[in-house]
Amino acid sequence: MSLLSTLARLEAVRGQRAEPLATVRHRHLSERPMVLVPLAAAGEAGAPLAVLLGTDRDAPRLHLVPQPLNRTQRSEFLAAMAADVVPYLESFNEQVELLEGSEKDPVSGEKLPVVRELCADAPQLIVPNAAGVAHLALLGRSTRFRRTAEDPDPGEYPAPTRVPLLGRWLTHLTDRAQVPGSSMLLAMTGLLSRHWATGQSNLEDQHLAARLAWHLPPEGMEPAVTGAVAAEWVESARDADGLLRCPPAGPATDPKFDERVLAPAILRHDAAVAVWEQADASRDAVQERRAAGLVERARAELARVLLAATLPTWHDVWRGVDLLRGLPPAGHLPDRWEGDRWSFTMHRDRVAAGEPPQPRRDDAVTAARKLAQREREQAKLEIQEALDDPLAMAERRLAGEAFAGEVVDVVPEWTQGKSPKPRPLLVVRTGDRPHADPGREVYRAHAEPAQRAEIVSAEPGEVVVRLLSGMGRRKDPEPGSVPAVGDQVVFTLFELSPRQSAPLPEPADTPWTHGGPPVVGEDSPAGADEWE
Amino acid sequence: MNVSHLGQASPSLRRLSELRGSAPQRSLDARALAALAANPGCRRRALLDAAGVDKTALADRLGRPAPFGQSPFAIRRGLQFESRLKRDGYAVLLEPLRRMLGVPEEEVASLAVPDLLPSQSPAVRTERTLAALAEAAADPASWTLLDHPMLRLQVAGSPAYLEPDAVVVHGGRCTVVEIKSFPVLDGSADPAKVGAAARQAAVYVLALQEAAARLAGGVPSADPYAVQELPGAPELTVLLVCPQDFSNRPVAMPVDVRRELSTTRRQLSRMTGVEQLLAALPEGVTFDLARDDSGAPTRPVEELAEAVSTVPAAYGPECISTCELGFHCRSQARCAGAVEQLGRGVRGELGSLRTVEAALAAAERGVEQGLEPALLAELGLDEASERLAYAARLRAEALAVGGARLGGVR
Ligand code: SF4
Repeated sequence: MSLLSTLARLEAVRGQRAEPLATVRHRHLSERPMVLVPLAAAGEAGAPLAVLLGTDRDAPRLHLVPQPLNRTQRSEFLAAMAADVVPYLESFNEQVELLEGSEKDPVSGEKLPVVRELCADAPQLIVPNAAGVAHLALLGRSTRFRRTAEDPDPGEYPAPTRVPLLGRWLTHLTDRAQVPGSSMLLAMTGLLSRHWATGQSNLEDQHLAARLAWHLPPEGMEPAVTGAVAAEWVESARDADGLLRCPPAGPATDPKFDERVLAPAILRHDAAVAVWEQADASRDAVQERRAAGLVERARAELARVLLAATLPTWHDVWRGVDLLRGLPPAGHLPDRWEGDRWSFTMHRDRVAAGEPPQPRRDDAVTAARKLAQREREQAKLEIQEALDDPLAMAERRLAGEAFAGEVVDVVPEWTQGKSPKPRPLLVVRTGDRPHADPGREVYRAHAEPAQRAEIVSAEPGEVVVRLLSGMGRRKDPEPGSVPAVGDQVVFTLFELSPRQSAPLPEPADTPWTHGGPPVVGEDSPAGADEWE
Repeated sequence: MNVSHLGQASPSLRRLSELRGSAPQRSLDARALAALAANPGCRRRALLDAAGVDKTALADRLGRPAPFGQSPFAIRRGLQFESRLKRDGYAVLLEPLRRMLGVPEEEVASLAVPDLLPSQSPAVRTERTLAALAEAAADPASWTLLDHPMLRLQVAGSPAYLEPDAVVVHGGRCTVVEIKSFPVLDGSADPAKVGAAARQAAVYVLALQEAAARLAGGVPSADPYAVQELPGAPELTVLLVCPQDFSNRPVAMPVDVRRELSTTRRQLSRMTGVEQLLAALPEGVTFDLARDDSGAPTRPVEELAEAVSTVPAAYGPECISTCELGFHCRSQARCAGAVEQLGRGVRGELGSLRTVEAALAAAERGVEQGLEPALLAELGLDEASERLAYAARLRAEALAVGGARLGGVR
């Protein structure tokens, strides 16, 4: 945590409500995001219990596993979830932009013109918290190798084609979510933390409802307040049955809920299924109908309790979306979202090209590339956020990596020689203390075109820089390219344009149809079913 | 370390048992060990643990119950997993152990599992474990599994009881076995969870080193990297047993705990001695809940809270997930306006500013007076205050600039 965000937290303690950490929204928000609230069954890695999902806040859909230990029911759940999520993802497949570029022919080395497709938009999944992302990653891992009826050896329980497809998408999206600044899969707690500080710690902020209680009074709380009291109420208030008034945002459920509500409901469902199986075996039509009714009622009861366990979180996620939509979008969002669109398009192409699912483990080269990509994107993100948001720039100023102030004098000077170039001096009055020695290169923020300068002297309260570029080719600077006395300027010690490649995908994101490496690990998918 | 002997209770042991009141002594479970690692400097927890106080019951009575619990599904799954381990005659443990210890395949005989008197008191169980360990270590060729042994460790100068999942003895030495429910997925497990398990296992190794030393009639070596050569001494690599991938199949992986061992040792040696904690305690303080015949606590809440507050705490937000008293101590930290409520790192950042109020006052001086940093320094503000004032000025300025575009986010 930086000192500036600590300060914001201190202010939040004083006001008992969230304080801004950003003046703009730094993550892309889709107009049609899909929200997912997944629940996991306790005690088993990534075992799904339920998911509440949808793109319409008024019409969430619930999928559930009536008996989490039952593999058939689990498969049915995954099939239902895939049938719901995959069409949403694929709905972004068709609308494309055509981009002209060139590609080196691998044989002749000649540059050949190519036209590439870039999907005009991409899907966006929003889950309540980071644990939700991790759960989706587990679901992805456990389903992407599932065998289908189309496999040469479909096994005993072939899954619908969409199930491994869902697994591959979830793997791709959870992987992409690790790229700084990416927005195809977002955790609401992370989104809120980037934009607001609460008066509690980072650890406590992981609880979605508790952190929202610093923004808005929690539903059902009397009197309606925000802040620490509200957050504590959300974390710990229980009803007469000992159940939490605000169910946790998952994927883990409250153990008390498991014990008092879920376990009995599952038991009743198991019992109803047993009765039905008996009736089915005895071929007694009347009994069978009656038993089928029992099963249906038991299932409806399970749906009721699981809906009650997820619906508050569903609303919380959407309330978070509302808060974020209240912020104006940052200037560089389209640029970063384009990266997400590339990532989406590439994966779409890989699937269409019939490539195998992602390997269990990345080989060393792929892992290194991913790491390098994340580092590059992190650097880019930091620069873009600083340019987009004075509060982010303030962080850099506090760290001595930038300074801002008013131009109090401009001294026109030129280079020596036959064709003199302008090299004006700017005297900037500033309260900042950049870690800048004379001779150090600095960059003027928001300059169009980009402008370099060099530190001439840096004294407390006053920094003198010499502009070096961005003033045109003539002897006198282009009008407007040199700040005037009274102008506010910001200079950074870090470069403002990271060495950016063209908006082309990373090698790892390149499908082999586009010359990328087909990545097959030493243990390529066996297709074995690992659930027990 | 003062080795206390059973039977002849020292004054401090007597005082500790008074603190606990009529309740039975609790052993240090995994959570207590995690809390110890997360917050070794907390005297409040140290004393409560030394006295074996039931912190869950205490937190309940204080009105801020611990948010911990275990789902029946998790418990059942855990039991299934353990019984599966046993069903195979612990084969899953033996094979990796054999490889780890470099024992030829043909030398693995059957596994002896002695009765460790699980229903007895901790003290009796400890003695029984010690005897079983000695016996197993005496025959290097045998393979013995100590199922939920009871160990004793001096924590802050008083004995604490520990119960590892299992200890395997072979070749005169023993290996700690930790059974966990998180999976090993595609050959690797969550590093944070492995780390926590390693820290926990390190405490068991430490306790076994003490046990081996006791068997040999000496004190354990203080060098964490020295492998004890005593009979029954523990290996410094433990065996972590987890479910493999998405299955219920156990897989074992060796984890070197030497680093955790030295950290734990250092933390334990720095802990304030229990004698000193007791000496600082006002006369007559007790954490007894004074349960009536039906088991309901009768101790007035204010009185209990008062007793708890006589022992200084070292609250940090990690407490919420590691210590039963987390919510209680948090509310105290908030009432006091302590900056630690925002995170332990915050305290370092804010230097001598220990309360939210003081920090905000320092910040405001920077904004209101619009002072140049150099002048602030002249005013005699220390470095942390000065930086905070600078930060406040930058924040106010940025919000004013950005606020115009903000259009009322509040
Ligand atoms: S919760 Fe309280 S008693 Fe427990 S470790 Fe933290 S400060 Fe100490």
